[in-house]
Amino acid sequence: MELVVFSLLNGLVTGLLLFMLSSGLTLIFSMMGVLNFAHASFYMLGAYFAYTISGYMGFWVGLIFAPILVGVVGALIQRYGLRYVHRWGHVAELVFTFGLAFLIEEVVQFFWGKATKDYHEPELLDFPLFTLFGQSFPAYKAFMIFISIGIFIALLMMLTRTRVGLIIQAAITHPNTVANLGHNVPLVFMGVFGVGSALAGLAGVIAGPALGTFPGMAFVLGSIVFVVIVVGGLGSLAGAFVASLLIGWLQTFAIALDYSMTDLLDLLGVSFSDDHVLRDLWSLSLPQVAPILPYLLLILILIFRPTGLMGKRET
Amino acid sequence: MSASALSLQGIRKDFGETQIIRGVDLEIPAGERHAIIGPNGAGKSTLFHLISGKYSKTGGRIGLNGEDVTTLEPYAIARKGLSRSFQITNIFPRMTVFENVRCGLLWSMGLKYAFWKLVGRQKDLNERTSEILEMIGLTDRQAIPAGVLTYAEQRTLEIGITIAGGANVIMLDEPTAGMSASETDQTVELIRRVTEGKTLVMVEHDMGVVFDLADRISVLVYGEIIATGKPEEIRNNKAVQEAYLGEAPEEETETVGGAH
Amino acid sequence: MPALLGPFGIWIVCAIVLAVMPVIFSSPVSVTIMNQMGISIVFALSYNMMLGQGGMLSFGHAVYFGLGGFFSVHVMNYIEVDGWPIPLPFLPFIGGLFGLAFAIIIGSFSTRRAGTVFAMISLGVGELIAACSIIFVVFFGGEEGVSGDRTMGPPVFGTEFLKEIEVYYLTAVIVFVAAALMYLFSLTPAGRMANAVRDNPERAEFVGYSQRQVRFMSFCASGFFAGIAGGLFAINYEILTEENLNLTTSGWVLLMAYIGGIGFFIGPIVGAVLLTLLQTVLSNHTELWLLYVGLLFVLTVMYVPSGLTGLMMMHGPAMKAGRLGQLAKPYMIAGIPLLVALAGGVAVLEMLNHYNNAPVGDNVAHFFWMAVDTHNPANWAVALAVTAIGAYTTYRATPQVREAWAEANDFSEKGGDR
Repeated sequence: MELVVFSLLNGLVTGLLLFMLSSGLTLIFSMMGVLNFAHASFYMLGAYFAYTISGYMGFWVGLIFAPILVGVVGALIQRYGLRYVHRWGHVAELVFTFGLAFLIEEVVQFFWGKATKDYHEPELLDFPLFTLFGQSFPAYKAFMIFISIGIFIALLMMLTRTRVGLIIQAAITHPNTVANLGHNVPLVFMGVFGVGSALAGLAGVIAGPALGTFPGMAFVLGSIVFVVIVVGGLGSLAGAFVASLLIGWLQTFAIALDYSMTDLLDLLGVSFSDDHVLRDLWSLSLPQVAPILPYLLLILILIFRPTGLMGKRET
Repeated sequence: MSASALSLQGIRKDFGETQIIRGVDLEIPAGERHAIIGPNGAGKSTLFHLISGKYSKTGGRIGLNGEDVTTLEPYAIARKGLSRSFQITNIFPRMTVFENVRCGLLWSMGLKYAFWKLVGRQKDLNERTSEILEMIGLTDRQAIPAGVLTYAEQRTLEIGITIAGGANVIMLDEPTAGMSASETDQTVELIRRVTEGKTLVMVEHDMGVVFDLADRISVLVYGEIIATGKPEEIRNNKAVQEAYLGEAPEEETETVGGAH
Repeated sequence: MPALLGPFGIWIVCAIVLAVMPVIFSSPVSVTIMNQMGISIVFALSYNMMLGQGGMLSFGHAVYFGLGGFFSVHVMNYIEVDGWPIPLPFLPFIGGLFGLAFAIIIGSFSTRRAGTVFAMISLGVGELIAACSIIFVVFFGGEEGVSGDRTMGPPVFGTEFLKEIEVYYLTAVIVFVAAALMYLFSLTPAGRMANAVRDNPERAEFVGYSQRQVRFMSFCASGFFAGIAGGLFAINYEILTEENLNLTTSGWVLLMAYIGGIGFFIGPIVGAVLLTLLQTVLSNHTELWLLYVGLLFVLTVMYVPSGLTGLMMMHGPAMKAGRLGQLAKPYMIAGIPLLVALAGGVAVLEMLNHYNNAPVGDNVAHFFWMAVDTHNPANWAVALAVTAIGAYTTYRATPQVREAWAEANDFSEKGGDR
């Protein structure tokens, strides 16, 4: 029981974090047709910026200014990098963002070194929120949930209630028509890229203390975010939301539920000797396969339902 | 099945709720030059895409030389002897002109997916390619990338690729669109020459070209064929005059397809 | 186009170069580096069969390299333990067959589309196999990897491949043969149609070719040669680890091919040689080498999409017209300050890195065969000034280069002499 409650909560934290990244990525993809490989790098930049800012002015200042800074960096990269590379075609754009991810990791190591940074939650939130079945749930995780949901609502409001939001929605499906109506589509693109990067940065700011701030943090999350947006359906925000939670829970439950093939085989009354060539296969346990589950899901989705769970287009 | 080179029976195509092609029946005998005309948005290009396998059909049957090709993929239809060109120039831009034509020949010369034969060693293949280049008048441009040819040359190359494989049913989608008068005349001559003894189906807006080349003409309006007949019959057909010729005798060439 | 190289001449030259290289660079270190180059050349060429020739961008090509390598090491162990009578030179071929087998499996569903979907599937498969390598310890050997001993097979012409130089000549022969085969593949109907499908998949369908089938064939061929490269790796290093099939290796082969130039057959060779040099030589001199590689890569993607080979090939028309001389002077005028600016920039980065990361009391950074006190403002001033002056002078010289370039490539009536 406690396992289920805590896995649900932890999965929710992971899922919402993934959504903060995937929402920006999927918006950028549907508008510009570019799958931004460096999206998770902005997440990493957010954590590092916040770490440095919080060193001088505390966590809360970092929480506000680090994402803004990341957004500016993202907008500049879109304006002076991506828009330039666009002329070389689609493959070059994808390769460019890949190179960017590579470069940002090196730049982070250059400025902050290879070691994990001691970036931690503010004292204000450093207490167990409640204790259930003898296990405590940290207040900081509740704070992460709170922030993520707040962002989700704000994003939804912006997209459905504001003029800019309507332009963005239109630009997703008909960029040329929107441009012909006199809207400055390049500016909208730059803005969306900046906001998407800022969202990723914000995710980094709040994830840094919980998951660790180190140069490989983008790499760890980067591919998973791709899985999320493909599984959810490219260009679908609702799909990204569902897929984020799905992947979040998939991972936490797989780690929490310690069942293995041996258990299954025991149930069936089958057993193998310990020196069998395929012994690794027979002793496979759920926590062990947890890391590959998202990719398995990705490949299955791409083969059997290329539009994703809720997407309309296949790209 | 009849002995028609191309036989359409009740062909329909819906895009969502919209019916674009609403039951087309057409028999084109072998060796005929057949033109399909009609106002913008009548569905001419869509019909081409349906015949050549680019779009799936909502209903109906298509026969090619007596064989049912309704559900085949484009490459399978091409292998059965139907070759088409496109309204928008559709070539291999980064390959040379020579290679473009050769690509059109590879399958029909039996080379298929071979990875143990060198194309440079296939004497027949390269001779045939040179012949086609000679025929379409691009011999002295053969070594440059197709992407840098002039527009008219690219259109000519497009025809070259289309006829290269020796298909007996040739479909040309607005072969003279966007050409000057003299270029158009040359292209008409080229088409006449390269489709000698073959079945030609073409969509064309230039009525001069249509009445010059076609043995028979079909008029497509709102996804239906309202008349089929010899050029003079079509010219004198009341319904056609009302629906099409009457409204704009010399319509300007346009690039927007009928598939909208 | 690669076809402009003469029919056999260039291959003979290559064979001779491969034969005499270890005579010129005979130190054990350089032989090791050259072996590494050979492996990278085959790997990068196989990658470009997909990206450059077939228009498929893969982020998981290390899978075929790594699996080919792992199977090769296991076979090596069977040779040692069970006495399988397989001579060592056949091992890369076995690696290739396993690369091919996995390419057939994965290609059967991933080649349906090119573009983003293909890239995503390749990434997913790459991550999947990399994650599997941690789980299946029996096959992948966990963190230590799997090691073997290449000298246990039946001797070939009396050699047991104990010496590095023997391995070099084995590698060289296989690299030569593999490169030749990959080149020849590009001249077959399957290879030509790969280019056609890359350029225009729709048109290729209407001349009778299934785009999926064409891609699948390139993909399989590419997996086969990647497996050969993996087998060569197994022979050279006698150990394979998880690192050999993860995303980092997949990314590295993309870097090699792209920086070298994906539009040319020799592009990946240029890239493989250059990046292997950076990896082995530059990494000894600076810990920032990956930063420099990253900068080089991003700048290449942005400004020289045809790669270093493309940069060289751009000079073809001017060279044919005998006008390369016209470019020499402006290139010098802009090139020398550019080098100065780069040197200054590198100095600033190195000093900054040392200042940030060196232990307290260690004030002296070593680079460019100099020792520089990073706590002395004067040194910073010098480095920054050198960078700024170099950059400004380069900037001033660019119009001259542009003008000279335009003139050298002007083949109209008045400009040309042809």
